[in-house]
Amino acid sequence: MSILIDADTTFIVQGITGREAVNLTRECLDYGAGAKVVGGVTPGRRGREVHGVPVFDSVAQAVEHHGAPIQGSVVTAPPAFTKDAVLEAIENGIELVVIVTERIPRGDVAQMVELAGERGARIIGPNCLGIIVPDVVKMGGIGGPARDAAKAYSPGSVGVISRSGGMTTEMSSTLTAAGLGQSTAVSIGGDAIIGQAYAELMPLFEADPETEAIVIYTEPGGRMEAQLAEWVTANDSRLPIVAFMAGRFMDEMPGMSFGHAGTIVEGKEDTATEKIARLAEAGIVVAEEISEIPAIVKTKIAARAGAAGRAVA
Amino acid sequence: MPGLFIDVEVAPEVASDPAYAARLEEVCPVDIYAVGPDGGVTVVEENLDECVLCRLCLDATPEGTVRVKKLYEDGATL
Amino acid sequence: MRFFEYESRQIVAKAGIPTSPHGFATTAEEARRIATEIGGPTVIKSQVLTGGRMKAGGVKFADTPDEAEAHARDILALEIGGHMPRGVLVDSKVDVKQEYYAGVVWDGMRKQPVILFSDMGGIDIEEVAESHPDHVGRGHFSTIHPFSDFQAKQVIAATGVTGKALQRATPILARLAKLFVERDMTLAEINPLAELADGSFVAVDAHMDMENEARPRQKALLAELGVGEEETRQAREATPFEIAGEAVDAMDHRGVAGNVTEFDGNLGLVIGAGGGSLTLFDAVRAHGGDPANYCEIGGNPSVKKAAGLAKLVLQKPGVDKIAVMMSIVSNTRVDIVARGVIKACIELGYDPAEKIAIFRIPGAWEEEGFKILERYGVEYADRSVSMHEAARRAVEKIGAAA
Ligand code: SF4
Repeated sequence: MSILIDADTTFIVQGITGREAVNLTRECLDYGAGAKVVGGVTPGRRGREVHGVPVFDSVAQAVEHHGAPIQGSVVTAPPAFTKDAVLEAIENGIELVVIVTERIPRGDVAQMVELAGERGARIIGPNCLGIIVPDVVKMGGIGGPARDAAKAYSPGSVGVISRSGGMTTEMSSTLTAAGLGQSTAVSIGGDAIIGQAYAELMPLFEADPETEAIVIYTEPGGRMEAQLAEWVTANDSRLPIVAFMAGRFMDEMPGMSFGHAGTIVEGKEDTATEKIARLAEAGIVVAEEISEIPAIVKTKIAARAGAAGRAVA
Repeated sequence: MPGLFIDVEVAPEVASDPAYAARLEEVCPVDIYAVGPDGGVTVVEENLDECVLCRLCLDATPEGTVRVKKLYEDGATL
Repeated sequence: MRFFEYESRQIVAKAGIPTSPHGFATTAEEARRIATEIGGPTVIKSQVLTGGRMKAGGVKFADTPDEAEAHARDILALEIGGHMPRGVLVDSKVDVKQEYYAGVVWDGMRKQPVILFSDMGGIDIEEVAESHPDHVGRGHFSTIHPFSDFQAKQVIAATGVTGKALQRATPILARLAKLFVERDMTLAEINPLAELADGSFVAVDAHMDMENEARPRQKALLAELGVGEEETRQAREATPFEIAGEAVDAMDHRGVAGNVTEFDGNLGLVIGAGGGSLTLFDAVRAHGGDPANYCEIGGNPSVKKAAGLAKLVLQKPGVDKIAVMMSIVSNTRVDIVARGVIKACIELGYDPAEKIAIFRIPGAWEEEGFKILERYGVEYADRSVSMHEAARRAVEKIGAAA
């Protein structure tokens, strides 16, 4: 099992004729069983094909051609056109929108997310690489070309959630090398406002019987780790969580901005030190190095299994 | 002058053909080929090291007429 | 992007919010002229993009135009927190009956803007929130449904404010909320918002921050305010090294080799991408290393760009070696970065095997990249060597060199 997507998920690519979108489409078609990319949209380019995927002028045309509702969309439109593309997807019944585009003003993100909420749709990103279910399907550029993705990701029981696209792959690769596969890995994006933060994805992993542990990558900035800590405490989660926090050095440099747009150090609550403390209070282990993560995950899973075994006996 | 990492050789019959020159200029994503003043192929030396080993120039010309050499591999051809 | 107070006041005024009579001056003579026009006592305020100007002596009161001129002269020459003022704001000293706070910020968790109001203005809102939480009203609002004044009224009323003051403050807070959204602000604050003896409300100080990503579509406003496209308004002025880094990134449109930040260590870093850079910078420091810089490469830059960045770092005074490290790459190509950094060494007359402490970039085209590195005798590592381990090896080599 997986969260968000599976082998049968149908999706389109908005902005499909752009250079990166062409590559991304190829990668998704090649990976695992081959993603069901049922169409692409670039206004004015109807009638073309990208790696055999038909291109349409509008999402409505793509849905009509498909003859059934389409489940997802990967949006790669330029920043100024992204909001419109996302609203178009949502209003045409698409329930999962992965926004790859970077540098979208917060006001636009807020509008997209609010509409998604009203329509029961879910947004991943912006500024993310998408979702991968190892050996099955990927939606977005996550992991790169199929061959490279296959090297880093392997199927298994760890859910991965990361604010950095590249680090999603680095951490999954470390897990893979230690014999720990992933149930689903989600690159959620590094901006200040994103569609789905850790706590919003946790219920899905919690409900996925295959997932036994969660590994997250975090950075200073924002409150989403505190929110995760609150969620874990309030819901008595069955899933052990291991976190890795990058950008600790930023605590010593207030006012400077590094990394993602959302990683602007202001105030005290969003520093690395503060976040690590919050996570620890909720029982979330914060690893010092990525290479330590697999061993911690294994210990945690074994401890849970032991506890569960005793409970049954 | 070759690049540090890459050199290309274009056989004379292709190098002097304006049709191939135009074709090569079009296919190479990093502008290693240009149509020269005489209509033939000019190799843009400062771009040689940008070669992404995509083989598009090989596909656009008769086999063996364009050679992309990896100087870091003793001149092994692509 | 932060605005100076005199700009923030213009933004507020454009939105229909009254402000106390004031003027902006870059010379003491101008300040005098403005003080004369205003008539009566004035306040001379330094225009700097940093806090604590009151404490630093950047705000002074004047009873006469002569005094205003003298204060302006002092303040114009006064450096505050490493910044020289852009000018001074000559403000009328208004007869304040009560000070309020009005602000709008984003709530990243609710993913909506939130309006804030307090009847305890003139001090830091965080302080009020901590000491008198019942004096801070809050209300989230939609960015897809139209804003209505009652949303502002509710928040103000929640602090206990009623009567004429509630009626007068409501449209002001509503306008602030609308301007926040329309102008792509990340912070819009009026503090204090003053209720005068005659019952009218005016903004006496304002603080606005605009989202950088929105600059292209706010061009018209920025032009009206006279903000140049080159003005970055960072918390710290860019150093020449950092400006050179921007030039490298602007060389062509392929990929990114940017966000260069200067530090004073001896280990140059050519690192990426966003999260990878943060991780590696921490890792170098955790192993006792002393980074000369921070940077981010990604998005598959050209060889020229990678070489440009490596050269910049290699030429930085005090840099002994560079470490070239990234998290596993899938878009950026290992061989292209390898060519870039080796080329940089050779063009500067260095031996790459000597200057590159370690090259740890696994991922796309790694076989090709490793062939190049091997040819030049550069120590490299694949994904079996963790990012922290690679950083440790780099630091160890620098230690051996020093
Ligand atoms: S292989 Fe590709 S990049 Fe290299 S010269 Fe040929 S066309 Fe240009």
